[in-house]
Amino acid sequence: MKATTWRGVNHVDVREVPDPKILNSRDAIVRVTSTAICGSDLHLLDGYVPSMQSGDIMGHEFMGEVVEVGTGVDRNRVTVGDRVVVPFPIACGACNACRAELDSACENTNPNAGIAEKLFGHPTAGIFGYSHLTGGFAGGQAEYARVPFADVGPLKIEGDLSDEQVLFLSDILPTGYMGAEMCEISSADVVAVWGAGPVGIFAMDSARVLGAHKVIAIDKEPYRLRLAAEGGHETINFEEVDVRSALLELTGGRGPDKCIDAVGLEATHGASHLDAYDRVKQLSRSETERPHALRQAILSCRSGGVVSVIGVYGGFIDKFPAGAWMNRGLTLKTGQCHVHRYMRPLLERIERGEIDPTRVITHRLPLDKAPKGYEIFKNKQDNCEKVVLKP
Amino acid sequence: MHAAALLGSRAPSRWVWTRVAGDAVDLTALTRALRNHDRRGLSRTVAATAAVAGITAVDVYTAVRGRGTGRKPMRLTASTTVAKSPDEVYDFWRRLDNLPTFMAHVEEVEVLSATRSHWKVTAPFDQSVEWDAEVVDDQPGRSLGWRSVEGADVDNEGAVTFAPAPGDRGTEVHVAITYAIPGGKLGEAVARLFGEDPHQQLDDDLRRFKQVVETGEIVRSDGAPWGKRARKEFPQRPAQPLTDEELSELRAELASAKGASV
Repeated sequence: MKATTWRGVNHVDVREVPDPKILNSRDAIVRVTSTAICGSDLHLLDGYVPSMQSGDIMGHEFMGEVVEVGTGVDRNRVTVGDRVVVPFPIACGACNACRAELDSACENTNPNAGIAEKLFGHPTAGIFGYSHLTGGFAGGQAEYARVPFADVGPLKIEGDLSDEQVLFLSDILPTGYMGAEMCEISSADVVAVWGAGPVGIFAMDSARVLGAHKVIAIDKEPYRLRLAAEGGHETINFEEVDVRSALLELTGGRGPDKCIDAVGLEATHGASHLDAYDRVKQLSRSETERPHALRQAILSCRSGGVVSVIGVYGGFIDKFPAGAWMNRGLTLKTGQCHVHRYMRPLLERIERGEIDPTRVITHRLPLDKAPKGYEIFKNKQDNCEKVVLKP
Repeated sequence: MHAAALLGSRAPSRWVWTRVAGDAVDLTALTRALRNHDRRGLSRTVAATAAVAGITAVDVYTAVRGRGTGRKPMRLTASTTVAKSPDEVYDFWRRLDNLPTFMAHVEEVEVLSATRSHWKVTAPFDQSVEWDAEVVDDQPGRSLGWRSVEGADVDNEGAVTFAPAPGDRGTEVHVAITYAIPGGKLGEAVARLFGEDPHQQLDDDLRRFKQVVETGEIVRSDGAPWGKRARKEFPQRPAQPLTDEELSELRAELASAKGASV
């Protein structure tokens, strides 16, 4: 089959690889009908996630048709011919983390738990196409994918919703939604969201659905801010104005009640000397992240507020504003999304028309053109917000 | 950084040679450098290192076989929590012929009687060591203890306790195993030279035990089709499907460990 493989930093290609086979009795093989490039795939492309190997198949947002199931799969849950969306974390459904709906922290699905433990203290779940740190599972930017614990994760789509309406249930919609949910939003809340990429947009739309009084988008790309504005959100371009002053102005001097970091480890800064500081430290490997959005979110949040982090971090950061966090009683909440717990309720919201996931899609490309998709998404060319690949 | 250190041993064999030539052979440090080595490269490196360090293959073999004059035995402990009741977890362990499904180095446990079993365990250089063991403590749902009997290749004893975890989270499993490996720390370090950190091995075994009891089988990925094995975590095969040839190799390897299957 054809698959998008990682060859090295800034190098992916589409090549012929063996077809996936059943390795565990609860595996299914899915013929991928739609898959997408995620912002977190760019961290792999850019070489910021350790333990990638040449030949690794990329992709953790995918859906398709089940073409084979192992002997241990509960066929009442999933069977050949089903149309399914596959959640990006692999969860066993049986361990204590899964029983507590902490699917992305599943205790059993990462065969490389040792590497994860060295970096994170405790291991996290296996993730499709996301380095050997998360298990070394082949990803879904391919014609076929092997899906372990197929009777636990994949969500069957039985209605007539299109691929594009449900594909993002695999990751970015639940991730954005969880970012908003962690904010425990009330009708009086002003919610500021750093990053107007697809996850940021879904966090903003979710905050609105959850009843926020006002939602503010912070980014530097005019086309991304336009997309936020189309959703009825206020916007701040950090290259044009000082973010802190703008936030104070928009909140009567209080600061946002809730702040969401939908940027993660490769943030850019409006002030070039601070941007340079983190870039140099990151390049010299004396810090693994450029945590500018997180710092600014903590410093901007009103006292007693919540800072919700859904942007991806992988290692260690410098200049964490612990003083602001501690002295002003902020609550920091975070996590790789526990996708399983959000898929069904969000599918219902899509069916009811409360959320339109298709609004972030700007590019549709055949799988062959995946390298081109990575390039325009990374460089924000051609007003690229979200690339969907069709195998 | 940690990440950099993880990825840092790209050319461990060269690194090992310079250490050895330095005539200050810190076996433990060597082990660290070797731990992430792929299997084929590892045996070459180990053979070379052993020769240069003056530890001949025969010495190593003898040490691991347990025929030398030992002083301090090697004691290993590990624990995990399994989301099943103490009775269920105990029952799985008590069926001793289940053990090879999750203990990577145990080839076979033959149950001879209610209290007696015969163990066959792999050792470096494609050798195996064997012993008869007897159950010396058996409290269903609580604990299980065993000890090798007279004439074992390696004297050993072990105990597992099963205790309810707080908050309806199943069972805490605590394992302690003691091997009378001669040379104490040196013996352990020599074993480590083979990428066989015994502590890590026991830890791996317990993780696989948890996987098997909770989910029914050992979880396999494309990068790690053999499942959780500390010394094969990085580098490993790329995260893409196995070729037909690799798949049959894997099936053959697993067939030799009773009970495990693909």
